[in-house]
Amino acid sequence: MVNTAVTLCGIRLDNPVIPASGTFGYGYEFAELYDINCLGTFSFKGTTAAPRFGNPTPRIAEYAGGLLNAVGLQNPGVDAVIAEELPKLARCFHKPVMANISGFSVEEYVTVAEKLTACPQVGWLEVNISCPNVHGGGMSFGTDPAQAALVTRAVRAVTDKPVIMKLTPNVTDIVSVAAACAEAGADGLSLINTVLGMRFDLKTRRPVLANATGGMSGPGIFPLALRMVWQVRRALPDIPIVGMGGVCSAADVLEMLLAGATAVQVGAANLTEPYACRDIVAALPTEMERYGINALSELTGG
Amino acid sequence: MRQTLFEITSNRRLAGEDIYELCLAGDTGAISAPGQFVNLRLDGFYLRRPISVCDWAEGRLTLIYKVLGRGTAAMTAYPAGRKLDVLTGLGNGYDMEKNGMAPLLVGGGVGVPPLYGLAKRLAERGVRARAVLGFNRAADRFLCEEFAALGVPVTLTTVDGSAGLRGFVTDGMAAAGDYSYVYTCGPEAMLKAVYAASRTSGQFSFEERMGCGFGACMGCSCQTKYGARRICRDGPVLEKEEIVW
Repeated sequence: MVNTAVTLCGIRLDNPVIPASGTFGYGYEFAELYDINCLGTFSFKGTTAAPRFGNPTPRIAEYAGGLLNAVGLQNPGVDAVIAEELPKLARCFHKPVMANISGFSVEEYVTVAEKLTACPQVGWLEVNISCPNVHGGGMSFGTDPAQAALVTRAVRAVTDKPVIMKLTPNVTDIVSVAAACAEAGADGLSLINTVLGMRFDLKTRRPVLANATGGMSGPGIFPLALRMVWQVRRALPDIPIVGMGGVCSAADVLEMLLAGATAVQVGAANLTEPYACRDIVAALPTEMERYGINALSELTGG
Repeated sequence: MRQTLFEITSNRRLAGEDIYELCLAGDTGAISAPGQFVNLRLDGFYLRRPISVCDWAEGRLTLIYKVLGRGTAAMTAYPAGRKLDVLTGLGNGYDMEKNGMAPLLVGGGVGVPPLYGLAKRLAERGVRARAVLGFNRAADRFLCEEFAALGVPVTLTTVDGSAGLRGFVTDGMAAAGDYSYVYTCGPEAMLKAVYAASRTSGQFSFEERMGCGFGACMGCSCQTKYGARRICRDGPVLEKEEIVW
């Protein structure tokens, strides 16, 4: 019997498989399809201080290796998440959940972090710093090491939960952003968020997405994700990393762990194969046996 | 929602250059209302293709689709006997408890198919529905005889006047006399016109580019008077009273 357990920032996971934020709602909808307690955990829909509708539609486009989305952080706002979504989740999920938070100012991150810190269901805060800073000329927090550190420090100061900073790949040097977050007190890093891209509609001669650009996900970005996780791991040997980007099989999970991840998120695959994460969890022991892996700690080093 | 393997029993051009009928054999147990849709996995395309249910029975499913891009173009070559991975029973579908005794079904182009499944079930309930079906031209029309065979009188409209009334479905609605309720499906511009022209309450079925088709990704959200709704999960059918254009 192989051992699939891993430890992420001090919390034990039965397995490293984590549905990624934005592809799994607040969990209870997938709980109608399968028992989501089979998962390591999941990261819930990116949550902001106020409710957001997000971008105009079309918000979805396709490419050979996956999809592009420009949903724009649609969510009911942190108060409604705490009052309505988390109680519904509590009825079907009995493990610590990863709370994904977003903000358009440092103050907003702090507000959302404080409120979710008070929720016992929340195990980790995953802080999405890919959103534009409204006070910083619209540049994303995650593209500037100093801004990324500012958010990290501010959130770290108001929570006793592990803080995992979610990094954007749309930078020249992801290692410098990762190092700035680690230096500022991040307990972990998750990477990569979606890769900025676009498509055009030849009939209308306009971008397919109403937002013009959107984030690419799916197997087409898997090698890029592996490379970035590997680079960050080489530079920062000790910080826990949640690896993601195009993972869609148990073999992909193992590859991501080899690159340096401690746990692995699965995003786009949930949208085309609703049972993807359940199936990956089920396939993991067999896949480990195939490669002679007795415990995942052999790959992650701890 | 249920994930099922279907087998193609036939796949043929039905009308115009780009309207096809796809008949499938498999488990339809998750389909509970007309106006729901299914999401088809196609080889070589990442996202599934959402297609409205035209009609279904135990073990049989009929879809009518229009070639709109490379995915649906590839579908036209699928032979009988081929297996398809399908998510079935998606969306809310039409609610048949609100229509009174004389509902009007208003369909445009590839918006007509889900109204056929509705017409059939209304007829089974003894409801005397009528239909206004609009197409661009005579060669594009389909299902008109099938509606009539259910005992549902059809007012046909074509934009170029090559069959039926010349004009749009709203011209057909004006000619249809009194009705108790409106059920409609078609392109958004048509839905808007039907919304403005209809004198009763009704249900409107919308189309949007979807990511997942089952409510997970928020890709197809729209604003309503009562907040954000997902076309794929809370829709595709919205009540007239909640629609915000």
